[in-house]
Amino acid sequence: MMDWHIIVDSLPQYVDGLWLTVQLTVLSLLAGLVLAIPFAVARISANPLLAKPVWVFTYFFRGTPMLIQLLLIYYGLGQFEWIQQQWQDGSRFWLVFREPYGCALVTFALNTCAYTTEILAGALRATPHGEIEAAQACGMSRATMLRRILIPGALRRALPAYSNEAIFMLHGTAIASTITLVDLTGVARNVYSQHFAPFEAFLFAGFIYLLLTFGLVGLFRLAERRWLAHLQPRKAVKDAA
Amino acid sequence: MTQLTVEDLHKRYGDHEVLKGISLSAEAGDVISIIGSSGSGKSTFLRCINFLEQPDAGRIAVAGEEIGLVRGRDGHLKVADAKQLQRLRTRLAMVFQHFNLWAHMTVIENVMEAPVHVLGLSKAEARERAEAYLDKVGIARLRDAYPAHMSGGQQQRVAIARALAMEPAVLLFDEPTSALDPELVGEVLKVMRALAEEGRTMVVVTHEMGFAREVSSQVMFLHQGLAEEVGAPAEVFDRPRSERLRQFLSGSLK
Repeated sequence: MMDWHIIVDSLPQYVDGLWLTVQLTVLSLLAGLVLAIPFAVARISANPLLAKPVWVFTYFFRGTPMLIQLLLIYYGLGQFEWIQQQWQDGSRFWLVFREPYGCALVTFALNTCAYTTEILAGALRATPHGEIEAAQACGMSRATMLRRILIPGALRRALPAYSNEAIFMLHGTAIASTITLVDLTGVARNVYSQHFAPFEAFLFAGFIYLLLTFGLVGLFRLAERRWLAHLQPRKAVKDAA
Repeated sequence: MTQLTVEDLHKRYGDHEVLKGISLSAEAGDVISIIGSSGSGKSTFLRCINFLEQPDAGRIAVAGEEIGLVRGRDGHLKVADAKQLQRLRTRLAMVFQHFNLWAHMTVIENVMEAPVHVLGLSKAEARERAEAYLDKVGIARLRDAYPAHMSGGQQQRVAIARALAMEPAVLLFDEPTSALDPELVGEVLKVMRALAEEGRTMVVVTHEMGFAREVSSQVMFLHQGLAEEVGAPAEVFDRPRSERLRQFLSGSLK
């Protein structure tokens, strides 16, 4: 039987953990998406100087476990004397990497950015050629075409695949607990070790993750209704004529 | 006034010469129909006029301004100044076989897009313009629909309104009714006929012989990359000189 007292007593901890999980998920998704847009444009560029570095970046981050990336950044960067020097000098940028929170955010953002870049690059490549020709034929510059036709179309087409990425990211933040952060999973581990009650501790955390996932799915369903209206089946509209 | 001049246009794909020196001149109000069997080069010719395809040789001038061309290091002809091409393309509006509307935009957004983001009109001006042209093609009621929710004929009429909203010197039509179900062809031809009667300058690649005969001021018959016969529709359709045109006409008129 579940011992509900354990859960009730540790509710405040779970709330704090939930807040950290939400922060990590939302901030890394936002940063990753904002970065992924220019990266995706570079990724499909005919210029290898733009496309290749992005290719290397996405293959590294998609080809290795996120846990390895997190450990590399958290334990690895501090090994460099130059970076230790930056910390002593109080460099705002490098100090981010001294805190587990900063390391987790940067790792998660880069990781989701790599996946999102590939999703967006695929969506950009799938732009119907006729839409590009129509833009060229009316005298659009390449920059305007990117801004007005290619990127808005690709972001919409990418939405279903991106919703999966967002859910993976939410679940992926669980590994923040391996570098001392007390997110939802971290709280669950603490509660478990205090009470030796694995089912209470982990099932409750799992239940909250489930609720968060449903919330995300719902948000994306709303977003698809709003931005993919042009792809949804609809009764044929009658002509005025 | 001459709106469009094309001189001695050549185009080849590898060893295959698709256009072997084609010229055309459209005065204001001219409607020039280009006919010919598939593979004759008629669509390629039209697409070379606004540089959706790169011609290998030739000269093109829009409303008296010639498009500056340079020969690149690889020997291919290139546009010298991308800005000039963009500017001249705004004077040459194109209507495509497959409509090519921007799928994520509503009808009115499609028509307002280039006037706002290429010509620099204010949103209010562009909206007024868009509504007027949508009204002209009989589709104003569908202004907030998305292209995928409309019939092919409706989409093509939106595409025509989008072209008109640029208020171009010349309208280029690339087989505008070829992708349509037979019963939808009429509504598009009706709009095009009305535009011709208004005195708009049009170059139309078409398989619609009735349209070419009744509406054009000039008909050009392309065969294997050459303009085999050019003339008034009565001349071309009723007194074809070449055997090939006779064959083509007997085939297309049935």
